[in-house]
Amino acid sequence: MGTSMRERTSGRTVGGFRNLFLQGPAVTLLLLWMLIPLGMTIWFSFQRYNLMMPSVSGFAGWENYYYLVTDPALWTAMGNTLLLVGSVLAISVIGGTLLAVLFQQEFFGRGIARLLVIAPFFVMPTVSALIWQNMMMHPVYGVFAWLSKLLGLPVIDWFSAMPLTSIIIVVAWHWMPFALLILLTAIQSLDDDQVEAARMDGAGPIAIFWFITLPHLKRAISVVVMIEMIFLLTVFAEIFVTTSGGPGLASTNLAYFIYIRALLDFDVGAASAGGVIAIILANIVAIFLVRTVAKNLET
Amino acid sequence: MNPSTTKKLLLTLLAWGIAVIVFFPIFWMVVTGFKTEVQAIAPPTLIFDPTLAGYNAVIERADYLKFALNSIVISFGSTLLALLVAIPAAYSMAFLPTKRTRGTLLWMLSTKMLPPVGVLMPIYLLSRDLGLLDTRTGLIIIYMLMNLPIVVWMLYTFFKDVPKDILEAGRMDGARTFQEVVYLLLPLTLPGIASTGLLAVILSWNEAFWSLNLTTSDAAPLTTFIASFSSPEGLFWAKLSAASTLAIAPILIFGWLTQKQMVRGLTFGAVK
Amino acid sequence: MRFPLVLPLAGAATLASFAAQAETVTVATVNNDDMIVMQSLTEEFEKSHPDINLEWVVLEENVLRQRLTTDVATQGGQFDVMTVGTYEVPIWAEYGWLTPLDDLPKSYAKDDLLKPIRQALSYKDSLYALPFYGESSMLYYRKDLFEQAGISMPEQPTWQQVEEWASKLNDPENGVYGICLRGKPGWGENMAFVSTLVNTYGGRWFDENWKPTIDSPAWHEAISFYVELMNKYGPPGATSNGFNENLALFAGGKCGMWVDATSAAGKLYDAEQSQVADTVGFAPAPVAKTPKGANWLWAWSLGIPTSSDAKQAAKTFITWATSEEYVKLVGQKEGWTNIPPGTRQSTYENPNYQQAAPFADFVLNAIQTADPNDPSAKPVPYTGVQYVGIPEFQAIGTQVGQMIAAALAEQRSVDQALSAAQRAAERTMRQAGYYD
Repeated sequence: MGTSMRERTSGRTVGGFRNLFLQGPAVTLLLLWMLIPLGMTIWFSFQRYNLMMPSVSGFAGWENYYYLVTDPALWTAMGNTLLLVGSVLAISVIGGTLLAVLFQQEFFGRGIARLLVIAPFFVMPTVSALIWQNMMMHPVYGVFAWLSKLLGLPVIDWFSAMPLTSIIIVVAWHWMPFALLILLTAIQSLDDDQVEAARMDGAGPIAIFWFITLPHLKRAISVVVMIEMIFLLTVFAEIFVTTSGGPGLASTNLAYFIYIRALLDFDVGAASAGGVIAIILANIVAIFLVRTVAKNLET
Repeated sequence: MNPSTTKKLLLTLLAWGIAVIVFFPIFWMVVTGFKTEVQAIAPPTLIFDPTLAGYNAVIERADYLKFALNSIVISFGSTLLALLVAIPAAYSMAFLPTKRTRGTLLWMLSTKMLPPVGVLMPIYLLSRDLGLLDTRTGLIIIYMLMNLPIVVWMLYTFFKDVPKDILEAGRMDGARTFQEVVYLLLPLTLPGIASTGLLAVILSWNEAFWSLNLTTSDAAPLTTFIASFSSPEGLFWAKLSAASTLAIAPILIFGWLTQKQMVRGLTFGAVK
Repeated sequence: MRFPLVLPLAGAATLASFAAQAETVTVATVNNDDMIVMQSLTEEFEKSHPDINLEWVVLEENVLRQRLTTDVATQGGQFDVMTVGTYEVPIWAEYGWLTPLDDLPKSYAKDDLLKPIRQALSYKDSLYALPFYGESSMLYYRKDLFEQAGISMPEQPTWQQVEEWASKLNDPENGVYGICLRGKPGWGENMAFVSTLVNTYGGRWFDENWKPTIDSPAWHEAISFYVELMNKYGPPGATSNGFNENLALFAGGKCGMWVDATSAAGKLYDAEQSQVADTVGFAPAPVAKTPKGANWLWAWSLGIPTSSDAKQAAKTFITWATSEEYVKLVGQKEGWTNIPPGTRQSTYENPNYQQAAPFADFVLNAIQTADPNDPSAKPVPYTGVQYVGIPEFQAIGTQVGQMIAAALAEQRSVDQALSAAQRAAERTMRQAGYYD
């Protein structure tokens, strides 16, 4: 289909030139955005540059990288990052899919119920973290604690005993509505006739879900995974505002690790090295995911 | 009662149950904003005398309207700018693809992988040197760059789904590229563009890292407003709830009003 | 004929230029109650100083610190007045980032400022920031609960005694915990308290060669005591409890005892903010092996960065906000228990304050006995009672604080936590170039 466009008299050369002109601004801006701050970051990562020690300067070689990579906490942070990203993706995609099926059905007050269930996505991450920590999960004042006492169950100290889990809950609460929104839309374009035909053939609801609905949603799920992954890899605000990465290192992810090891020290060199390491990790994850996603996008 | 009504009732209960549970934290926060500080930390209850003390304290202490205005200008400004730059780029990628297209797209997305913490200093130094600290322009530029990859990518997938014949027909009629874009393409993909824009607005509105670090008072948006109410000395939860409600109310209402548009828009695009 | 016109014209011109020269002073401060009061008195200030216009940036402590340090180190010039603590002032003064405040008006009465605080804010005999409020630490307790349990508070309590009392007062079923202490990780949160505990058990942060001594017996003893005490007689979720949370707990009647900042006294004593206002008692901070370093010293103060473009106006503001007149103003408007404490001798000699605040003398004594130059039983190369006055301390203190919180949450044993903390501190010091 594309070939008919290219074979016009305009020819390939003009198409190429037009490409440059059209894509130009976006690409140029992003190039600047990449080259200048990213370039500065890479440059700083090889320098000794600490804001609090203005007299120290000079080429640092691999020192900053060495400092970070030999830190046992780095691996914990990376592991936590992958755990966080994986868990939230799983919760939001699975939860989102099931809820999309549910909210697709006819029931009373469907419109309003939908509004309620997508609301969390619009709340600022810092605000949602604070609400969860102080009003919901707090072991003395929180609603959960009150419920537990009412039911005679032991009170769980969420953020102390299960810090990463608590963060996962907060972040998943924020992102599942996003997944739901996109998946709900996709389900609405599902061909009713197909479903009817399957039902006439005697297929039960679970079979319909597995063999018809799910494949139809494959592309939507890919979109959700792509977008969410980008944001989940750099979760920072929720951790900063609640657990400060702890207790110990239990809820420190890569972004927060860079913060405590470098930014708190105002060690620009180390922070920059950390940024570069984060990009490398993210790219590895991205290449892996994009291979799967891009295939779906092209179909 | 026939089985389908029973089924409907059961579904209603289930769906509403889940909706209430998911929405509950927000509801709780709004309610707490109307309590006094002492009531806010007492055992949870829905029975109390509502008071506006929290809201008064919040509005007295900080210029809410200034922050809100900044948030609006910055979010919408950066989104408009991003759309302006992204539409031509997405057009060429969708309709004039080359071998490099996919690579460029992926490379664009990878620029988003850099955690802001790692790049704070270079950006701060740059902003200082360009005189962009504490200016709305500075934040608009940063947010535009931040959202550009996603905006380009989403527009690309919407454009790709436009039937080529329509554009072909237009070109046969002698339309040039610019007219093609403005009079044919945009109307067709308006829902997609709208939904992309909405997503960008929401992301900019809620962005807390750059807004906290690059502004002081002139250009400070609502995220900074909230930061001044988190964890002061003494009891603060009623005030924090009131401040939070004020901070998220505009975007929540905006999102609700437009979510239909967003859902419709996404239908045309990547999720067919 | 022209002459009479010239005068009013000249007058108008002067007024116009006067108004046009209204300088903007951007003040950055923490969102503590006393600062909020200062912000609310902006009108008063602008009335008496019509040529100055105040802009406020109010942030939470950690965020503020990061913001301010970024700006001052890059000479960003975004702020004219910065709220800094006794930790930052000497360091920033040494780097030339703060303006020395040498020619203060005589009416300001510099010598009225309490000596330990004045010294903590000076570098090479010059004052670099004016104290807004100062504090030390002390023990708060519930007189009613003590009476019920038949305990009477001695003049100088010890930590052993505190443990005994906590076991008697602990009554979780009725919502009362024996003792509340800070557990939230952070160099200015749990580590402020833990440092004093370690000091009084005879420990220190660094030896004379700047090697961290976190793995020493004194630390082990102190931290084991802390973890055991809190797990037996403390409230749940202690690792989320910083100063604010504990204040809320105590004011809500949930703690039998609390060791923390003296600046909380005013709020605990105010019936509108505290449910235990009529039964709160005060005592010096508990000691263990040595009284040295058992109570800390801190002052939030106002400084002017060298990158400011409104230094003169800024100076006018900070002298106003830290003057004796300001204290009196707040006393009249907000009540005498809510004045910014711990900065001036005149405050403590004021009969209004003495009458309204029975804890005044305790606080004054606590501040005057805290010595940042001699905080530990053994000699130390640093200044600071509950912190170490080196730039690296923010990162070290926070990392160690994380490990201690992990021990408190029983995710690591005390031994594991301390050795991990020791290694982290050593790495940071090596990276900073203190030794190879």
